[in-house]
This record gives sequence, C-alpha cells and structure tokens, in this order.
Amino acid sequence: MTDIIKLSQARRGDRGVIVEVGGHTHHQANGVELERRLLELGFVEGARVELLHEGLFGRDPIAIRVDDMRVALRRHEAASLTMKRDLA
Amino acid sequence: MDIALKTARIALVGNPNSGKTALFNALTGAHQKVANYAGVTVERKEGVVRAAAGRSMSVLDLPGTYSLRARSPDEEVTRDAVLGRLAGETPPDVVVCVADATNLRLVLRLILELKAVGRPMVLALNMYDIAQRQGLRIDLDGLRAELGVPIVTTVATRRRGVDDLIAAIETQAEMAALSDSRWRSPDAAELRAAAREAERIMKAHVRPPERPDTLTGKIDAVLLHPVAGLAILLALLFVMFQAVFSWAAPLMDGIEGGIGWLGGLVAAVLPDGLLQSLIVDGIISGVGSVLVFLPQILILFLFIIALEDFGYMARAAFLMDKIMGGAGLHGRAFIPLLSSFACAIPGVMAARVIDSKRDRLTTILVAPLMTCSARIPVYTLIIAAFIPNETVWGFANLQGLVMFGLYAAGIVSALLVSLVIRKVFWRGAVEPFMMELPTYKVPDLKSVAFNLWLRAKIFLNRAGRIILPAVTILWVLATFPYPPENATLPAIDYSFAGMIGRALEPIFAPIGFNWQMVIALIPGMAAREVAVAALGTTYAIADAENATGLLASTLAAQWSLATALSFLAWYIFAPQCVATLGVVRRETNSLKWTWIMIGYMFGLAYLASFVTYHVARALGGG
Ligand SMILES: Nc1nc2c(ncn2[C@@H]2O[C@H](COP(=O)(O)OP(=O)(O)OP(=O)(O)O)[C@@H](O)[C@H]2O)c(=O)[nH]1
Ligand SMILES: [Mg+2]
Repeated sequence: MTDIIKLSQARRGDRGVIVEVGGHTHHQANGVELERRLLELGFVEGARVELLHEGLFGRDPIAIRVDDMRVALRRHEAASLTMKRDLA
Repeated sequence: MDIALKTARIALVGNPNSGKTALFNALTGAHQKVANYAGVTVERKEGVVRAAAGRSMSVLDLPGTYSLRARSPDEEVTRDAVLGRLAGETPPDVVVCVADATNLRLVLRLILELKAVGRPMVLALNMYDIAQRQGLRIDLDGLRAELGVPIVTTVATRRRGVDDLIAAIETQAEMAALSDSRWRSPDAAELRAAAREAERIMKAHVRPPERPDTLTGKIDAVLLHPVAGLAILLALLFVMFQAVFSWAAPLMDGIEGGIGWLGGLVAAVLPDGLLQSLIVDGIISGVGSVLVFLPQILILFLFIIALEDFGYMARAAFLMDKIMGGAGLHGRAFIPLLSSFACAIPGVMAARVIDSKRDRLTTILVAPLMTCSARIPVYTLIIAAFIPNETVWGFANLQGLVMFGLYAAGIVSALLVSLVIRKVFWRGAVEPFMMELPTYKVPDLKSVAFNLWLRAKIFLNRAGRIILPAVTILWVLATFPYPPENATLPAIDYSFAGMIGRALEPIFAPIGFNWQMVIALIPGMAAREVAVAALGTTYAIADAENATGLLASTLAAQWSLATALSFLAWYIFAPQCVATLGVVRRETNSLKWTWIMIGYMFGLAYLASFVTYHVARALGGG
C-alpha cells in the first residue's frame, strides 16, 4: 500500500511531507495561479505538513501546519497538494 | 549631502500580520488599526518621522503581502508603491521589510523578491520579544552577511528598537547605491527555486525555538473543535449582545439622568423663548438621546477589539467558512462582514483582500446589511420602549434576545442576498480560501483601553459634526413658521417639518409610519443614529409642556407595537448612511452598482416593514 495521498484525502492527525504541488484537474489558468499561491504560502515540495483540524460540515475546511505556521484552506484547494504520509 | 537633506521616503513592506502598522504607529505616533489577523491594512497610509538632527522622513504603511505578484486590490497597492508605479511617484528611497521573527521562512522568500527591485533595504526583525521568549536563536551577523542588508531587531508594540531602525534607515538612505529594478513576476519554477534558497538560509542561520509555542495548539484544540468550536462561537455572539444590553444599563441610566439634569438646569436659567427651545428641545433632547448609547457601543467594541487582538477572527472565519461558501460568498468575505458589525465603511474597505472582482462586489453589496454599531441606538430605543425587560428560559434577557434576533436577521439576510446574487447574476467557479491562522496573543490592556477611548472620541465627534447640525436644522424646520392664531393642533403640525412629514406620510402609511417618523428618516439618511436624535427633537418640540425627556416612554405612549416593529424591520435593511454609500461608490468605482445597492436595500426595507406591520396588526399588535 502506497502512502502517497492528496492532502485533500488526509484526516486529522495525518502528517508527512509535501511531494508535489500542482498537477491537478483545475482549469488551466486557475491551476497555474493556484499553484503559485500555494507556493507563496509555504506549500513547497519538502515542506512538513500536519492536518490539525477539520470543519464540521463535510470535514471542510481544514487547518494545516506547514513547517512552523498554520494555514486554513478548503479541501478543494488541498487537492492540488500531494503528500507522503509518515508511517504511524 | 543632497540626498540627506531631501526628506527620504520609506515604505514598510512585509507578510501580513508581521507588525508593519504597529511599527508605523511607533515611528510616526499615528493610531492606525493594529489587530491580530492577516489583512488589517488595506490601503496606504503616510506619516512623518522626526529623525535625529531635526530631519524628517516620510513613511508609508502598506497592506501585507506574500509576494509582489499582486492578485487582490490590497496587494496591488503594495506592489504599486514598491515599484513606484503610481503616477507622479518614484519608488521609495528605502524599503523597510518588516518580518515576524518567529515566522521567517516566507518573508525570506519575499526579501529575495524585494532585492530584485533594487532599492536600499533594511530588515526589521519584529516581534523579537516573542522570539526571545521562545528561545529562538537567530544568527544576526550571518543573516546580515548572507542577505546583504542591515538588520535591526524591534518590538513594535513596546517601541523597542525604533531609534536603531531610524538610524539604519538614514544610513541606507545616504550610503546605499540604487540599481534598476530587475523585478518581474516569478513563475512557479522561480518560486520553487526561491523557496529552496530561503529554506537554505533558514537552516544556516536560524535554530528552531527551544520553547516553541504550544499554547496556540492547545487553544485551537478547543476553539476549532468541529462541534465545540461552533458552539463557543455562537455562545460568544450571544453573550456579546446580551452584554451590550445588560452591562450598559446602569451607565446609560447615569448619562440619561445627567442629560435630564442639564436640560432642567438650562430651562431654569434661560428665559422661555426661542433660545431656550433651541437648546433644550433641539440640542439637548436631540444630541442627548444619542449620547446615551455611548456605553453600549463601547461594550460592543470591547468585545470586537479583544477578539481581534487575541487572534480569534481567523478562527471564526474558519468555523463559518462552510456556511459562507454555501451562500456563495468568498472564503475571505468573513472578516469584511464581521468588521461591518462595527461600521460598514471599514467592512466595505476590507473587501479589498478578495481577489475575484465579482466576489468582492458581492461582499460589498451585502456588507451594509450587517448590523453596524450606528443601528444600536435605533434598536435599543425601540426595544427599551416596547419589549418588556424580563427573563426568559431562566437565563436570557428578553430584550437582549430581541437584539440578538435583529443581529441574526442582518446576518441571514446578507447570506440570502449573496446567494441570490450568486444564483441569478453570476455562477462562477468557487474561489479558493487560504488564510493564515495567527498565533494567539494576550490582548494588551493598555492598548485595548486606548482603542476604546479612540472609539469614544469618534462617537462624540460624530455627535458634534453630524448630529448637532442635523438637529439644529430640524429644530428650525419644526419651529417655523409659527401656527396661525386659531390653531387647534400642536404648533409643530403647522411647521415646515410638519408639512414635509404630512406630504410624505401617504408613502409610509402602508408600513405604519407616522409623520414624525417620516421626518426623522430624512436627516436619518446622514447616519442611522441621527434618526434617534431627530425623533428626540421632534417629540420634544411637539410636546414641550410635559416632555419627560425620556424619548422611550414618549414613544411607548405614542406608537403601536406594530409600528415599532415595522420601524425595526426598516432599519435592518434601509441604507440610511450617506458615508457608506460614498465608500461603496469609491470602492466599486461604479455609480450603477451603488444605485443597485440603494434600490435593493430600500426595496427590502419597505417590503420587510410592510409584512411586519401587517402581520403584527393581524396578531393584535395594532
Ligand atoms: N508581542 C509583540 N506583538 C506585536 C509586535 N508587533 C506587532 N505585534 C502584534 O502583532 C499583530 C499584528 O500587528 P499589525 O501591526 O496589525 O500587523 P500588520 O503587519 O500591519 O498586518 P496587516 O496590516 O494585516 O498586514 C497585532 O496583534 C500586534 O499587537 C511585537 O513586536 N511584539
Ligand atoms: Mg497593517
């Protein structure tokens, strides 16, 4: 079983390393912009992430620790991020 | 020599929430808004610093940003200022990059971008107090050599390091060489490379904290808990509106007594006549009836300021995101809407943080539906006059509950209107929601108190600048011309105000408004609380003989319950504030949208009042 997942599939408590930013199914133009926004917010390949909190409805949005800061985002955007989950 | 004599222009640039405005205030003595969430500052503000030897520098406070590649209007302000793109403006002489010392990774990447602009730079490592408390080790000399810019450590909120910063800026202004800007919008590959470089610098010069902040995580475990978090948010709002009612009561009684006493004193000293009437019925009754609400407004602001400084706003936005998104609102619309509880003007301005044009417009269009603090006098007056002060369900105050309901009505209608806009006018893709969750900070008592004092000054200032002239004009209109000799009705019925009121009364009769209310609505266009002052003046003149000075009891005797409820419904929706309309005009840059907003808000106001009035009458409230 591979432990490479989209960050949007992660659950509370999951932690790991970002392995890919971008490479998603959005509209072309939106996707390019979203990728840059995510990079500027610290979501780069190699960044340590941990899913800290989930919202009530549909477990959305999510609060993520990225290296040493906390960021809130929707699972929709988190689908653009791929992480390698640490083995428990 | 020449350069040193010319006033240097410096700009404060940095990530959101790094303390730029706090530093700006420390440098210039200004009182711009500082709060613990990203996106507080949305426009440029200029100030002057007196440096050593009597020279002065001009400082620019700018909205925070993660890059110069601006996407939203607030970030464009920063980009244009840094690159000197505005007409008739050159780039700043020195760029001061303000960094949160406890969160350096992202700002290091921004610094690499700023260096490409080619202006002399100084790095202010702010929040150094927190860095030291956490035992964060930053190798300042190494970092200085690596980045090639002078570094100063600062604690903006305590004014620590400010003199060193000024000295460093002056040196840079005189010594550093300018070069042409090589900046251009970085693409994804360049961003990755810059992030790797920032990571390398970070590893080389910054040791992780020995005592990292664990408190924020613990607090979040409760406040962001899916169920408990939402319950706490609701409870907080509930307590806030109850407090606005119950805590303020004794203070309001005191002010009311003071105003009554003043009116009596003036009436006793001045001879009967026009002057006495102007001062007692016009000014004291009018302005006084609004001043009474100062305690309530301060209590509301106490909650808002404390929550903002603590760092709760971003959490509330997180908890509410799904609901906001369901109504078709952008994820970042929450903070503009929440700011509108204070006043719609900063709320409309704060919509600048939203990048998508349409989402920004939707937010602006619904922001004035949120219950701003100027509605408090109107709501409280009517509630105090018509809703019994009793306890229900054993713990809640009925008057507070009605107030809570009025706030809820504002929120729900804002969500519904935005849903309609989304469904009817444009259905675009859902916009992303990404927001930093700042670390919690204990609000500083002194600064909270000072900010409250500022709010009080603004409120009193408005009373002087808007309400006083408005009630004076109204007094003239309500006093002249004098009634004929054989008058049977009260004198006011024959005045200009009486005539205007009677002429417009038919329009408002279907929603249960009498002509006194109609007159109050006209100056009430200036600002919502002016309507209360206008009612105070109108009823004081109409009933000068046995005026008790207590507007609420006059209204309770003169209005039906249905009329009172209809008036409340009107104020949930009606756009009775020219200043807001002006800002909407400026921020949307469109007369058309301003008129659309005015139209839909008056339309809803009339409809809501009509329904309320007739339902209340059918239920026996007529
Ligand atoms: N402990 C500490 N707190 C600080 C310091 N400087 C600023 N703060 C706090 O940090 C928060 C953010 O400060 P602001 O000045 O509003 O930040 P900003 O960079 O102007 O933020 P934006 O306008 O949103 O970009 C506030 O809660 C300040 O009280 C500091 O040196 N030490
Ligand atoms: Mg600011």
